[in-house]
Amino acid sequence: MIRVQQHDFDIGAELAKLTDGNTSIGGVCSFVGLVRDFAGDDAVDGMTLEHYPGMTEKQLEAIDKQAQDRWPLDATLIIHRFGSLEPGDRIVFVAAASAHREAAFEACHFLIDWLKTQAPFWKKETGKDGATWVEAKTSDDSAAKRWRDD
Amino acid sequence: MKILYFAWLKEKTGVAEEDCALPDGVADVAALVEWLTARGGGFADAFSDPSIVRVAVNQEHVATDHPLADGDEVAFFPPVTGG
Repeated sequence: MIRVQQHDFDIGAELAKLTDGNTSIGGVCSFVGLVRDFAGDDAVDGMTLEHYPGMTEKQLEAIDKQAQDRWPLDATLIIHRFGSLEPGDRIVFVAAASAHREAAFEACHFLIDWLKTQAPFWKKETGKDGATWVEAKTSDDSAAKRWRDD
Repeated sequence: MKILYFAWLKEKTGVAEEDCALPDGVADVAALVEWLTARGGGFADAFSDPSIVRVAVNQEHVATDHPLADGDEVAFFPPVTGG
């Protein structure tokens, strides 16, 4: 399942809901992305996340389906926020549940790596020099590429 | 055809979204970028380095040789930075 929303989410409640009623699940692996208070040597006071409504949902659903096709998963969840966020705020939540831990770990890693290079979100950070658009990292491309080279 | 701009492309062009007919002689994304650049001003600035502009047609990532048809939704944006 995927959700794109402005408001925060409760990790405990989301994880409980994800596995509720399915006792064949043996493990859940999750990742939470947070707003950092620095970028390189500069302090970051806050950030605005812009996205492309419509395409965002479409891409997240495609990423989710690829994970489902590739690993034996009982449940998956992707939540991504947009709008104004402050350091410490949660940005993204990814979880994968499976009968065995390996599929859960790998699918969770795949989901976040893939999302970072495919989902149309853009971060604008605010610091002492005003607001600047965050530049994409080549390390994110390399991380995603790893899943393609398998 | 609908054209959308995001992040700094929206700021530089000053446009979030526009409707326009597919211009004569524009068959693919690369030709559309040239046509938009020829408008000058903020458009020329936004597309001054096409290598850092990404494009989606009908909400799917595509390369610049992707063909265009009237009725397509074309979006221009920087490399994504979510997650």
